[in-house]
Amino acid sequence: MKVIERKSMNILFDILREKGYKIVGPIIKERAIVYDELESVDDMPIGWTDEQDAAEYRLKKRTDKALFGYVVGPQSWKKFLFPSRLKLLSMERNGKEFKIHENSDTVEKYAFIGVRGCELNAIFIQDKVFKDGEYVDPYYKKVRENILIIAVNCTEPKGTCFCASMNTGPKVKKGFDLALTEIIEDKKHQFTVEAGSEKGEEILKKLPNKEADEMIKIAVDKLMKSASRKMGRKMDTTDIKELLYANLENPQWEDVAKRCLTCANCTMVCPTCFCTTVEDVTDLTGDNAERWRRWDSCFNLDYSKVAGGNFRTSPKARYRQWMTHKLASWIDQFGTSGCVGCGRCITWCPAGIDITIELQAIRNNPIKTQTK
Amino acid sequence: MHEQVMTQTNIIADPMMPQLIRISKLVWETEHVYTIYLSPNEEMERGFIFRPGQFNMLYVYGIGEAAISISSSTYKTKTLIHTIHKVGTVTSALSKFKKGDYIGIRGPFGSGWPVEQVIGKDICIIAGGIGLAPLRPVIYSLLKNRKDYGKVYILYGARTPQDLLYRVELEQWSKLFDVEVHVTVDRGDQSWKGNIGFAAQLLSYIELDKKNTVSMVCGPEMMMKFTVEDLLEKGLSAENVYLSLERNMKCAIGLCGHCQFGPKFICKDGPVFSYPEISYLFEKKEI
Amino acid sequence: MQPENLTELLRKHPFISDLEDKFLKTLLSCASNVTFSDDDYLFREGEEATKFYLIRTGRVALELHGSERGMIRIQTIGPGEVLGWSWLIHPYRWHFDAIAVEDVRAFALDGKCLRTKCEKDHDFGYEMYKRFSQVLENRMKATRLQLLDVYGLDRIERG
Repeated sequence: MKVIERKSMNILFDILREKGYKIVGPIIKERAIVYDELESVDDMPIGWTDEQDAAEYRLKKRTDKALFGYVVGPQSWKKFLFPSRLKLLSMERNGKEFKIHENSDTVEKYAFIGVRGCELNAIFIQDKVFKDGEYVDPYYKKVRENILIIAVNCTEPKGTCFCASMNTGPKVKKGFDLALTEIIEDKKHQFTVEAGSEKGEEILKKLPNKEADEMIKIAVDKLMKSASRKMGRKMDTTDIKELLYANLENPQWEDVAKRCLTCANCTMVCPTCFCTTVEDVTDLTGDNAERWRRWDSCFNLDYSKVAGGNFRTSPKARYRQWMTHKLASWIDQFGTSGCVGCGRCITWCPAGIDITIELQAIRNNPIKTQTK
Repeated sequence: MHEQVMTQTNIIADPMMPQLIRISKLVWETEHVYTIYLSPNEEMERGFIFRPGQFNMLYVYGIGEAAISISSSTYKTKTLIHTIHKVGTVTSALSKFKKGDYIGIRGPFGSGWPVEQVIGKDICIIAGGIGLAPLRPVIYSLLKNRKDYGKVYILYGARTPQDLLYRVELEQWSKLFDVEVHVTVDRGDQSWKGNIGFAAQLLSYIELDKKNTVSMVCGPEMMMKFTVEDLLEKGLSAENVYLSLERNMKCAIGLCGHCQFGPKFICKDGPVFSYPEISYLFEKKEI
Repeated sequence: MQPENLTELLRKHPFISDLEDKFLKTLLSCASNVTFSDDDYLFREGEEATKFYLIRTGRVALELHGSERGMIRIQTIGPGEVLGWSWLIHPYRWHFDAIAVEDVRAFALDGKCLRTKCEKDHDFGYEMYKRFSQVLENRMKATRLQLLDVYGLDRIERG
């Protein structure tokens, strides 16, 4: 473990830029901390923090100048790996025949600054969907191969965080190039740094650093342990798959349905949601056509349309689909839970629906099992 | 010796990239259902290789794609046949195509009917409406290897006599002495001398060996639900009942999420399932 | 037809296959063997329902005449099935026409005769009603399914 000073962060940015990375990270836009291009360290939300609860998100000024003094906002890194709009194919018509071309646009080489434990796990989860299955998404694969991940250990979890329950944080464990922990004590502003890959090692060597002494190691350890205990929410994941499969007709779903607006906010902010739809468009002449992929949501009414009808029209069925997919079916499909405990769905739900509370309600009142 | 079907499927390098295919014929089967015949292009040296029960994504330039089951014989790979219900924008546009027009296809996708796994068994095929289209390749395979199977029953129900598909073939099959064919309609008129009633009703006119029969069912979900109920009541075991399900499909490769049925992706875990795989979902509403 | 032969044949019909011997005898006393040719009417709508039929071979179609729509055939009854329950339920009148669409061989059972027997012997009556309620249930289910018009264009697909 090494330690770097605050000013080394500026040097880090220079190194990344030299290496040709497009640096993206947290930045304040429209009164929220989102992920976008960073020209310099000064673009980051220095000295800001966020306060989050169900249907609540506010930014507040801190008393210090921490670079990473907040948790996660309405956007996630899927914005870059899995863009909300992507051109898949373009076609040209020539009489009766037509030609089809794959999208061969070059992809960016991104450096992600400030990836939290929950988010890192969300990337692993999306890897399983887009990269490690029978069919691979070529765009995701190309971008993913080139990203540099500068992860950050969360020391101050917020009101809707429950990464500890989902075993995805607050400490980042693997899969990063560099992992930072921000420590502001007395007048000292430092970061501990761990390299998690060769790329990370190489960058670390270029930064002025010193070996972490015992005191710092203990301080970091204490911070992480205390962070685990300060989670805003928790979720009991014992036998969660069996529980939800056995409770598809639990009256609790009707209760949620009364509150859910099917606005699809939760699916947009969720870092693992991956549903898309495909649109074919033409220009006015009709000689050129394109196929675009864009984000979709199981909450959209059109989502489950089939020839001659729609089989999931009620809000109850749609909410149930989202939650049971996220917490249960995902396990059968990809081997892990689909939820990383980031709490975004709770914060950004305009009705304040809390997935941890909904699950607990089912746990408290399950359908009695019938013997066959 | 059971003639081996080439089970290797024609996986295209990029499954999201349609290949251009020419239409050689378009024929109307009923007022709303038509069949297109497609010829392979030069890259497809062995023709169209697929398993009965699989489907293709058919692309109409500038309009979009539709997931349609394959209805041709796996033994006649030089012609690809799709029977299509004209019901949405893509299928309506496609219905206006003629010989010489081009469409794109992606595929084949999905799991197939267990044609090889049920050698030696009695086979009971139950189709409703357009559900006969995805089952026709099975019928072709059974007939091609007839001695490898026990009794073969084809039970088929449609809305009216005018909505019956493949009428010429149905007649040919019913003339075979080792195949039993029963047809019914929901409502008939004076000219219809056949059965009138629900598709599964036809089960009362045949005697199934409940231990040795495998049933393959395809049709509207409602019809399949009641048919499966009747099959189980007749004593067939659940694992000998197979269904083909349908859901909204955009990508056909398990990435867009639309076709999920509980944890199953109908495009890649299905569309053919054995009943125990999905029974606990089938009986619930709005899954 | 000699009574012994009729018994054997009758016993084979699914409707009465597990009926106790003494009740079978009662049924037999009201039974006869009949045949119809293609296009024969077995009964007409509005007529008094005096019989019911256990079909052995062939097919009978139930017809309704809806004024502007002409004649509609709504169901067929085939081998092993039962045709007619209106003899058991007031006002004992047929609600449809029944026409043979093939040559038909069936057992005709005298409804009036059987109604009297049911009144006299309630155990026998119970056996008859048990079996007919099953027939009614099956017919109800089949009718509902046809009503659903599952192949129709404007059906709603629900899981």
